[in-house]
Amino acid sequence: MTRFSIFSLARNALSGHRHWRPTWRDAAPRDAYDILIIGGGGHGLATAYYLAKVHGITNIAVLEKGWIGGGNAGRNTTIIRSNYGLAGNTAFYEWSMTLWEGLEQDFNYNAMVSQRGVLNLFHSDGQRDAFARRGNAMRLHGVDAELLDRDGVRQLAPYLNFGHARFPIQGGLLQPRGGTARHDAVVWGYARGASDRGVDIVQNCEVTGFLRDAGGAITGVETTRGRILANKVGVAVAGNSSRVAAMADLRLPIESHVLQAFVSEALKPVIPGVITFGAGHFYISQSDKGGLVFGGDIDGYNSYASRGNLPTVEDVCEGGMAIMPMIGRARLLRSWGGLCDMTMDGSPIIDRTPVEGLYLNAGWCYGGFKATPASGWCFAHLLATDRPHETATAYRLDRFATGHPIDEKGQGAQPNLH
Amino acid sequence: MRIPCPFCGDRDAHEFVHRGDAGPTRPAGEDGFFDYVYLRDNPAGPIAEHWYHAQGCRNWIIVTRDTRTHEISGARYARDTTP
Repeated sequence: MTRFSIFSLARNALSGHRHWRPTWRDAAPRDAYDILIIGGGGHGLATAYYLAKVHGITNIAVLEKGWIGGGNAGRNTTIIRSNYGLAGNTAFYEWSMTLWEGLEQDFNYNAMVSQRGVLNLFHSDGQRDAFARRGNAMRLHGVDAELLDRDGVRQLAPYLNFGHARFPIQGGLLQPRGGTARHDAVVWGYARGASDRGVDIVQNCEVTGFLRDAGGAITGVETTRGRILANKVGVAVAGNSSRVAAMADLRLPIESHVLQAFVSEALKPVIPGVITFGAGHFYISQSDKGGLVFGGDIDGYNSYASRGNLPTVEDVCEGGMAIMPMIGRARLLRSWGGLCDMTMDGSPIIDRTPVEGLYLNAGWCYGGFKATPASGWCFAHLLATDRPHETATAYRLDRFATGHPIDEKGQGAQPNLH
Repeated sequence: MRIPCPFCGDRDAHEFVHRGDAGPTRPAGEDGFFDYVYLRDNPAGPIAEHWYHAQGCRNWIIVTRDTRTHEISGARYARDTTP
């Protein structure tokens, strides 16, 4: 493989950029592999990358029904953070943040990881207490967190609506190490790293069924490009997990919902990091191109349509205007929708399934992007060793039956409220 | 999305609260309770689901909707369903 560096850039610049090679290999499927991964998004490709790099298992194929990174990996708002308060989440997301911090050097690809800070605003005494408690939980686990008062917030973002009569800004919980990353580059970087180590990345290859032996164990998959054998199959298709699981006669504690995101026309740099509104659901950051990237709540009804409805657009924009009135002058450039695997407690699943040989990585709700590195790392660990990684032991499929949900928001079994 | 409320007629979805799949029915005993609370078919296609017309007639209704297109094919009062 070509190792990217300032020298490779200079060499190609001097030869007119005519000699760049494709970053990864678009493979045709072979008849059999040791492990199949369904889903060529960030999580699936990260899984393949860490299986090859950490566990030395390279006889793997990643099967993608469309093109890699064409699902939620290409539809998110690119935020990375590890500001979780519950046991089971804190260590996992901090492991993800640690991997983010070394990712570009690790896979030798510019993922534009930018630790520009994530600021959660609070608007009441009660919310300050809740955020202080979460910040303390983070700090006890070695995660960075700072509780800012009103003046601290004002220094970071003087244009916020500090005079809001109903939801005055009292302060914020800041995670300085949080920030954003370039979502497509994450996909391409993992694809390149996996492909270079011998992993087959197979596009336009939709799985249509599972092959099982007399005992019910998985022996392979049927696809639109033929039958492929493998004794271990990992499913990383968040958004469509229920549909793939149904092919193996499994029902999941998941509903698919639509989350919309928006980007404005490009503006000069104004928003330093990620800012979230604590009284409504609204979060915003600014891309390196200058567009304001923002979003809010899921629409709230089951959907596989990859697009939402206008009431949510209005709701998100109202949230934006409440906290940051200046953005009313910016024009909306685009909006889009992604499919979210909403679980019954708002937390993901990385576990074996009752079907022998079938492994599940699912339920990322609307927060899968930040988890990409750790999700891949932990799913690879599970596939390679049949044991959960130490940071992902809580993400069990049976936690709902045993009474161990990880309900960060405290909503109960109501997916559209997480 | 406009929802054809059987009492009010076509109304904007904004007026309604979505409760979810109307398929699962509450079991009489402990058996089946986990399935009822947590597991969903989550179909890509037609689904019958509970909506509450919170900012209208305050009826609970069952709407039949295609999750792939958001096309609504019918709505009726939830109370008309035999448990």
